[in-house]
Amino acid sequence: MDLFLVNIIDGLVTGLLLFMLSAGLTLIFSMMGVLNFAHASFFMLGAYFAYTISVYMGFWMGLLLAPPIVGFLGAMTEKYGLRRVHKFGHVPELIFTFGLALLIEEVVTFIWGKSQVPYAPPEILNFVAFSIAGNTVAAYKVFMIFISIGIFLVLLYILTKTRVGMIIQAALSHPQTVEALGHNVPRVFMGVFGVGTALAGVAGVIAGPIGQGTFPGMAFILGSIVFVTIVVGGLGSLWGALIASLLIGWVTTFAASYNLRLGDLLELVGFTQPEILSESLFRDAWTLTLPQVGPILPYLLMVLILVFRPYGLLGKRDA
Amino acid sequence: MKLAARLALATAVSAVFAGSAFAENIKIAFIDPLSGPFAATGVNGVKQFEHAIDVLVNDQGGVLGGRELELVPFDNKISAQESLVQLQVAIDQGIRFIAQGNSSGVANALTDAINKHNRRNPEDRVLFLNYSAVDPALTNDKCNFWHFRFDAHAGIKMDALTDVMAENEDLSKVYIIGQDYSFGKAVAAAAVSNLETKRPDVEIVGNELHPIGKVKDFTPYARKIVASEADAVITGNWGSDMIGLGKAILESGFDGPIYTYYAAADGITATFGEAGKGSLRLVAEGQLNPPPSPEAQAIYESFKARHPEPEANISQARVYNTIKMLSMAIEEAGTADDVVAVADALSGMETEGVWGGMLKMREQDHQLIQNVHIMAHTDENITFDYDGSGFGVYAAETVEMASADIETTCKMRRP
Repeated sequence: MDLFLVNIIDGLVTGLLLFMLSAGLTLIFSMMGVLNFAHASFFMLGAYFAYTISVYMGFWMGLLLAPPIVGFLGAMTEKYGLRRVHKFGHVPELIFTFGLALLIEEVVTFIWGKSQVPYAPPEILNFVAFSIAGNTVAAYKVFMIFISIGIFLVLLYILTKTRVGMIIQAALSHPQTVEALGHNVPRVFMGVFGVGTALAGVAGVIAGPIGQGTFPGMAFILGSIVFVTIVVGGLGSLWGALIASLLIGWVTTFAASYNLRLGDLLELVGFTQPEILSESLFRDAWTLTLPQVGPILPYLLMVLILVFRPYGLLGKRDA
Repeated sequence: MKLAARLALATAVSAVFAGSAFAENIKIAFIDPLSGPFAATGVNGVKQFEHAIDVLVNDQGGVLGGRELELVPFDNKISAQESLVQLQVAIDQGIRFIAQGNSSGVANALTDAINKHNRRNPEDRVLFLNYSAVDPALTNDKCNFWHFRFDAHAGIKMDALTDVMAENEDLSKVYIIGQDYSFGKAVAAAAVSNLETKRPDVEIVGNELHPIGKVKDFTPYARKIVASEADAVITGNWGSDMIGLGKAILESGFDGPIYTYYAAADGITATFGEAGKGSLRLVAEGQLNPPPSPEAQAIYESFKARHPEPEANISQARVYNTIKMLSMAIEEAGTADDVVAVADALSGMETEGVWGGMLKMREQDHQLIQNVHIMAHTDENITFDYDGSGFGVYAAETVEMASADIETTCKMRRP
């Protein structure tokens, strides 16, 4: 039970982090139809920029300055890159963002090297917030939870209560009509792209000091899972992105936590384990454990969603 | 052209050729990743090899009366297939000595290929100097006369580690976790069998493998470790899997020792920093802190003088022993072309290690027996830090000539 509670908190941290990445991507994807492969690369840039700034000016300036820089780079990418290849169709766009992801990784390696950089949480948050049965929860994680929820609330407010948000909402479903009404849709696109990448940057800034740390492979590790999140959540839906992110956060956390064997399950339904396992055709099925299959569960979830609810949990549009 | 000029030219050309044949460098092919995700390790390896060659051999007057050693780097992209291609290129260039270390998968492929090549082509045989691949099989079931290992293999390291752990009376529960592939499994199996014989009272409260390079968040694993109330953790993880696991364990409130194989250098030491102090342990050969001798200290200082950048470290101290023993063997054999004579000289060789202690190349399996240390990640009494971070590894405990009589299944066929 104690472990269950701890896992709930850990899953929440993972899920909220994922949400900050997918919130921007889901808006970009649904609006422009661009599968931005470089989205996780902007996440990585956020971490590296914040690290460099933190060396000179401390963590908090990094948190303040890195996301706008990343957002600016994102907006410029849209204006001078994506917009130009847009007229050639979706495949060139896809290749453009894919190439950009590779380019960013190489540039990062070139500037900061191939090894992990020592990016650490701020001293002031370097204490134990509370502990449950010996398992401590760092204050930094609590800080991550609050900042993510804060960003969600701000986004929700902008998208549903402000004029800008309404134009974005409208451009999601009826871009031609919005353009006909005199709005500058390309500028809206650029803004959304910039804000989306800036959000990825924020995620990078606060995720850089934890987990595997800040290194050139961090974008690659997260790259595919972000797409799973937006497909599961439904295109263009902020609530959908939130629910899918939390779902995936909890699924992966709980799967890694409980050493259930598939063999036990098979025995429960009446099969008996073969005596000489190494010669059995199904030996892998008997020895497989839940933590081992954990990383593929989100993809399984995506397949199920695509089969039974192709427009995602909260998606409105049939993609 | 006048006849005299032609004659002069011909004489000059032949003189150049004759001269070069006389003082030709003895080449060592370095086949390791120089591009891709593991390039940092390979590039650092080149720096250490080139420095070792210069400081231990060439600056001392070379071998065989003035011939110099020379490193020829080949990029294998950490692929076994690519390594075999590069091996052939090296052999075609007339290189007799092959050095490789990163990845036991590559080493397994190379040792097979070299064994086959030497059997079929007695006129241009080569030696395999394995300086880092620690799969025990390489000096057991898969051993051959041409393969020499200068690192302690995974079983020897675990033997040394569990010797030290067994003396800890407070130890009652151990958690073993590793990457799901041959090396992670070898570490886990060695840990279980060693603990069962040395400390049958110690309970192994967890023994699990996680997908290699796929886990985004190690926190759930760390929670299980804390919940199991383990006193110590053993892991063979490397690279970002080591950082992710280690940081998650420390952040979850675990304060016991974490025994590792590879938690040092290449950015890992700097990333752990203060958080790893008092917990992280490393089982390895090659003592840097405290410097074992003034000579060893001078060697490291000359390395830093040549490579002042923080990411250049002597992280594979065994490279220096490899070069030292190779040059001694060439000198003893009196030739660098007849590798059988060089191998005979290497086999059974005993000498003083560059980083202190003795070295003995066992005749029966060509496994180097040397001191193995349990090192602590700390910033106290560190003469040579890693990653320019102020933190380094301090040899806290030493197992002299670790596993000198460890059993081997090797049945070596001499040519």
